[in-house]
Amino acid sequence: MNGRSLWVLALRNAPLLLFAIIFLTFGTLSERFLELQSFENIVKQASFIGIVAIGMTFVMLTGGIDLSVGTNMYLSAVVAGLLMQELDASPWIAFVACIAVGLAFGAVNAFMIVRLRMVPFIVTLGTLVAGRGLALLITESRGVILPSEMLRFGSGDLFGVPNPILVFVVVAIVAQVVLVRTRLGRHVYAVGFDDKSARKAGIGVDRTLATAYLVCGACAALGGFVSVSQLGIVNPGFGEFTELYAIAAAVLGGASLFGGVGTVLPGTVLGAILIQMVQSGLVFLRVDIYVQPLVQAAIIFLAVLLDSVRNSTLRNLDRRKIRVEPTAARSTASTRSRADPPTR
Amino acid sequence: MSAPASAASASAASPPALEFRGLGKRFFGVPAVSGVDLELRHGEILCLIGENGAGKSTMMNMLGGVLAPDAGEMLIGGEPYRPAKPADASEAGVAFIHQELNLFGNLTIAENILINTMPRLPGLPLVNRRALRREAREVLDAIGLDISPDTKVDALAPGEKQLVEIGKALAADARIIILDEPTTSLTNRETAVLFELLKRLRDEGRSLIYISHVLADVLALADSIVVLRDGERVGGGPAAEFDQPRMIATMVGRSIDQLFPPREVGELGEPVLEVESLSQPGIVRDISFTLRRKEVLGVYGLMGAGRSELARILFGLDPHASGTVRVAGDVTPMSDPIDSIARGMAFVTEDRRDEGLLMDSSIVDNMSLVSLPRRGGGGLFLDAKELQSTALGMAERLSLRSGDPTLAQPVRSLSGGNQQKTVIGKWVIERPDVLIMDEPTRGIDVGAKYEVFTIMNALAAEGTGILYISSELEELLGVADRLLVMNDGMVVAEFPREAFDSERVLAAAFAREQSATATEASA
Repeated sequence: MNGRSLWVLALRNAPLLLFAIIFLTFGTLSERFLELQSFENIVKQASFIGIVAIGMTFVMLTGGIDLSVGTNMYLSAVVAGLLMQELDASPWIAFVACIAVGLAFGAVNAFMIVRLRMVPFIVTLGTLVAGRGLALLITESRGVILPSEMLRFGSGDLFGVPNPILVFVVVAIVAQVVLVRTRLGRHVYAVGFDDKSARKAGIGVDRTLATAYLVCGACAALGGFVSVSQLGIVNPGFGEFTELYAIAAAVLGGASLFGGVGTVLPGTVLGAILIQMVQSGLVFLRVDIYVQPLVQAAIIFLAVLLDSVRNSTLRNLDRRKIRVEPTAARSTASTRSRADPPTR
Repeated sequence: MSAPASAASASAASPPALEFRGLGKRFFGVPAVSGVDLELRHGEILCLIGENGAGKSTMMNMLGGVLAPDAGEMLIGGEPYRPAKPADASEAGVAFIHQELNLFGNLTIAENILINTMPRLPGLPLVNRRALRREAREVLDAIGLDISPDTKVDALAPGEKQLVEIGKALAADARIIILDEPTTSLTNRETAVLFELLKRLRDEGRSLIYISHVLADVLALADSIVVLRDGERVGGGPAAEFDQPRMIATMVGRSIDQLFPPREVGELGEPVLEVESLSQPGIVRDISFTLRRKEVLGVYGLMGAGRSELARILFGLDPHASGTVRVAGDVTPMSDPIDSIARGMAFVTEDRRDEGLLMDSSIVDNMSLVSLPRRGGGGLFLDAKELQSTALGMAERLSLRSGDPTLAQPVRSLSGGNQQKTVIGKWVIERPDVLIMDEPTRGIDVGAKYEVFTIMNALAAEGTGILYISSELEELLGVADRLLVMNDGMVVAEFPREAFDSERVLAAAFAREQSATATEASA
């Protein structure tokens, strides 16, 4: 009984456990890894992927997907950067513009998915390509150098907490509250569980879906802003493959690609940190740079495998028992202990 | 007791709760509903009956704002009512409880009940969880469900889910509640609880439209009855004027003397499915029986007695811890459906929408599904012509009625009875040795049931052993050659046809409480 409930507990908290195991593995392999400073660095580097992944979680909870987040990051950062570089705009104005571009990008996705009833995968694959093309056209594929104020924000801190982490934490908490404590959030889960039922139940399915893509767009832009504030420059390759990391972070955190299942806290946040931890851990261990992606991929596969094992096991455990076995639990335990010694 | 009377006298003065005037709807030019008049008073339960395809669903979908009528009008409380979407219907106090429940398994009971009106903290966009729980608790008390409102809906039994769905309607303060076949997955006790609740709601002055094929339920519940056939109203009036034969005669337009086709049982064949001491902890225990060729073996039990679970184990969908299943003498343990099918088993599942059919695929595609792996023989590619002709032959045999003679029509657009025939067709194309049918008549009308039974008889005559699982005792007694009664995961009684006696069967099926408490006491 006890062993079993422990097993269930472990399965239910698989992301957390995986996190601990990987942390301790790297920790034993490299002492420096365990220092508080390196953990802070990991979270700091994870913050931008984490923010993007939180937006992705909204979309995935509805049963959709947004492949365009990396492009969105790039385009919105380019606009913000050019405003500062060419028009001498203040970082605040640039920030507002950046989020506005992100929202607009999300709105384009939402329009095609909700109004034109196109498939999210294809829509966002299209905007992924189109958005990057547009951004490259604007910049003539040159990097956009950001003013030093941006770098000061990116490397600054508040009461000792680095700014990127601060933004990450705030976004995570707000997202968690929205998902768990607001109608919108609960409707996101309902739509992801069954959109037809949601429609029949009178839920504004279209509005809910559109909101999810808007949130995702805004989060992508915000994540991009946080990232470029650490880099000081918006390079043409900025944001490439971020969508994959964001999706991986959400899935590692327990989100389902079919919708309706997943959390921001701890789920996606842990997933994002986990990915960065693996990345940094491999650097710490001086693993060959060409081998690193392979190890990373292996860990992601392992995590998703664990997740699928977990889901099927939990489903079996949660299956309703229709009869009470008279020989279960105490009686078996007691008869066994009494019966065993004499036979031996 | 005086409530219905006062409601009735009030309705004489005020307009009826709901009125249809010449309501009509066509699909592609074909009338689904035409010229229907209907009046639903305050504090009345109106039962709507008719065969599948008679237009009941279309009519209710218009009322629920899912479809727009193209003739006639609807009035609520004397005011014109033109819902453009389901939300308009709930706004107008109309709640539609569909056959497939609209619940979100990943949310709690409280969230489901108040999905649209989650109470908020004053001045904040946040859900007030304490108020949410309190309001849900009130609703749960009103429907007599003693479960924590924080329970996830996935963890509930079908009967409990049904009550939660009604709770949703109450929370939205619905004045007109439509229930479509609400009892199909309920136990007798759950049904009794539901009916008590529905009568109470009526006495509170709410109006209910109850759609069902279970005519005994209709008689027990209805104040008035409306009968539809081919989209038209062919009868109606106070329930007191109806009895079962009259209802059936009005529905089908001819009188059915017998609900079941005559069954001639000849000599039974050799054993084709032999089950010995089959056990799976928590599910079934020590099940043994033999099914012979040409036999229809009925399995009865209340909801949760383990009927469907047994079927799933026999078909290799779920594991078993001990015991043997021998199919046509072969004892190799069954591991998965591929294996089971290869050995001549077929399984018509109880949930045809989820498990039995690909709703958006054509009839031909659905029918070819099971036999496909064995029809690749000629080469790499499928022989579309052969599939088509096999499906056509099967459709004719099953008297499957499709609007499209080539059977390219998606299954979703068929009536329940024809969907069920498609499921059966897909399994029997390969002439199985053992056919397991789990609730094959659920939600289909009298005429379609008769046809399903006819198919069963024909298959049995050809040598198939049929395991016919059902919660409809009357049907089992009418069709089966022999009856097993399950209770608490065990086979507790067996009746040969000569000894069929509904009281004794029910006694065996209901013995659960005593046995459960007895086990508790002895432990």
